[in-house]
Amino acid sequence: MRSAFINELVAAAEINENIVLVVGDLGFGVIEPFAKRFPKRFFNAGVAEQNMMGLAAGLASEGFHVFVYSIANFPTFRCAEQIRNDVDYHNLPVTVVAVGGGMAYGNLGYSHHAVQDYALIRTMPNMLIAAPGDPMEVIACMRYLISNPQPSYLRIGKAGEPCIHAEIPEVSPGKWLTIREGYKGGVSYLTTGATLDLVHQLLNQRPDLKSYSLNSMPLWSMKTKAVQSQQVEKFEGVITVEDHLMDGGFGSWLLESITIRPELLARIKIKSLNAKVCGMVAKQSTMNMQGGLTVEFLCA
Amino acid sequence: MSTTQLLANRIRQNALKMVHRAKASHIGSALSITDILAVLYGEVMHFNPTDQHDKLRDRFILSKGHACVAVYSTLAEVGFIPKEQLDTYGEDFSWLMNHISHKVNGVEFSTGSLGHGLPFGVGKALAARTRGETWRTFVLLSDGEMDEGTNWEALMFAAHHKLTNLTAIIDYNKLQSIDSIANTLALEPFVDKLKAFGCEVHEIDGHSHELIADALTIISDEKPTVIVAHTIKGKGVSFMEKRIEWHYKNPNDEQLAIALAELELSHA
Repeated sequence: MRSAFINELVAAAEINENIVLVVGDLGFGVIEPFAKRFPKRFFNAGVAEQNMMGLAAGLASEGFHVFVYSIANFPTFRCAEQIRNDVDYHNLPVTVVAVGGGMAYGNLGYSHHAVQDYALIRTMPNMLIAAPGDPMEVIACMRYLISNPQPSYLRIGKAGEPCIHAEIPEVSPGKWLTIREGYKGGVSYLTTGATLDLVHQLLNQRPDLKSYSLNSMPLWSMKTKAVQSQQVEKFEGVITVEDHLMDGGFGSWLLESITIRPELLARIKIKSLNAKVCGMVAKQSTMNMQGGLTVEFLCA
Repeated sequence: MSTTQLLANRIRQNALKMVHRAKASHIGSALSITDILAVLYGEVMHFNPTDQHDKLRDRFILSKGHACVAVYSTLAEVGFIPKEQLDTYGEDFSWLMNHISHKVNGVEFSTGSLGHGLPFGVGKALAARTRGETWRTFVLLSDGEMDEGTNWEALMFAAHHKLTNLTAIIDYNKLQSIDSIANTLALEPFVDKLKAFGCEVHEIDGHSHELIADALTIISDEKPTVIVAHTIKGKGVSFMEKRIEWHYKNPNDEQLAIALAELELSHA
């Protein structure tokens, strides 16, 4: 996902002089292609995330589309107020890029676990969340964001994620992408972010689930709540899956979205990480299993 | 009385009337920066009241957003907003909210939470540098605001990148919100610290228009500029000067009349 991100960014920057990359002293082995090709549009803000986000907003106020790249909590919680006041309130084209979404950096400890980031970002009225599930969705999200510069949050994993989509999908905010069509009107999984691969694997392993559909939603926000009920109503059940805590997460967001249609509420099941993972340290797959994203739990 | 002094006097009078009408706080902080604003808008900055987005304009950011009445008043005096609009200050749904708002014509950036203006200004200065444009960025901060680590982060960045087109002005009135600077978090040796961070520092009387103009006009070849402006909180109204309670209080009818009379007298 990281290489899909940087390749798209470099390609876009070739034709768009307003694209700037700011990093918080992170990105070794990832950001070099951009830094070498566009040294005048690359800035390492050092280990100073609040200034990094503030200056990104300043650059954006002068017409630059600024990508701010760092790990997990550093470009989000560490500079939450700069995102809220400077970026979101002023409606500026800053894309906050967090690598290591969810438990991608599980071994590095709680400081590096991004399992509350949706909760923070989705309460900001102008922020668009982009949580792609595979490298193809990364490319699609990047192209959408570059064509539609706005306050946004791109949450990606690390490296080596498999491609689930055969082609680059057409994405638009709030719209579900069909990965697999099961029984019409039956049950669908709905993922955002890295859990796409998890559910895709599950469905491949379990022939008994062949009636289940699989949808992903890489782009979502406060503004796209209104269009969810008409997508939910097509299924008798929707199981959301996310590598984030339930509190303030994606499933909670979907539930809130359909409160205008209370009869649909019972159709939603939320599969998210149990808060007992907060403080645990292990690799991503172990952490996701510890948090409850197991085959048994996802099928329950 | 010079043009900028006349301007400063009108800014002070407007500001007093605004906080009186709105029963709003922070008049002491507004009076403290008035002379700096009068020189910036009356003499130093390039701007175009008919086009707030004029590409060649110098950018001004008020980081101590609570002192907004002084800026709104200045913007009305130089033609960005109608003077009648000042009467709406603090009313429900007024654009002129009680911390500076970018929804007001001529305002670049909303603040209110301290420590946001300088990083944002660094971004603007960096944008000008990246595009090879010659406009300048001025950020006006409070002294208490220098408690915020973001300002020191921003100064490190500005010095490292030699943002000579950035000028920070620190309103050093020595009073914070509930006590003096010295009793809260001492800034001294303040100038030495700023110099050690790689800034060109000018230490001036923040009420001397001549010294303010000189300091604002000098641009270093290789460093961002910081002006440490020694000021008096509540400057221009005898009973407000150096009094911490005027961070919060608003003048009653009688106090307003006395304050305006004092200003009229100094005007004469």
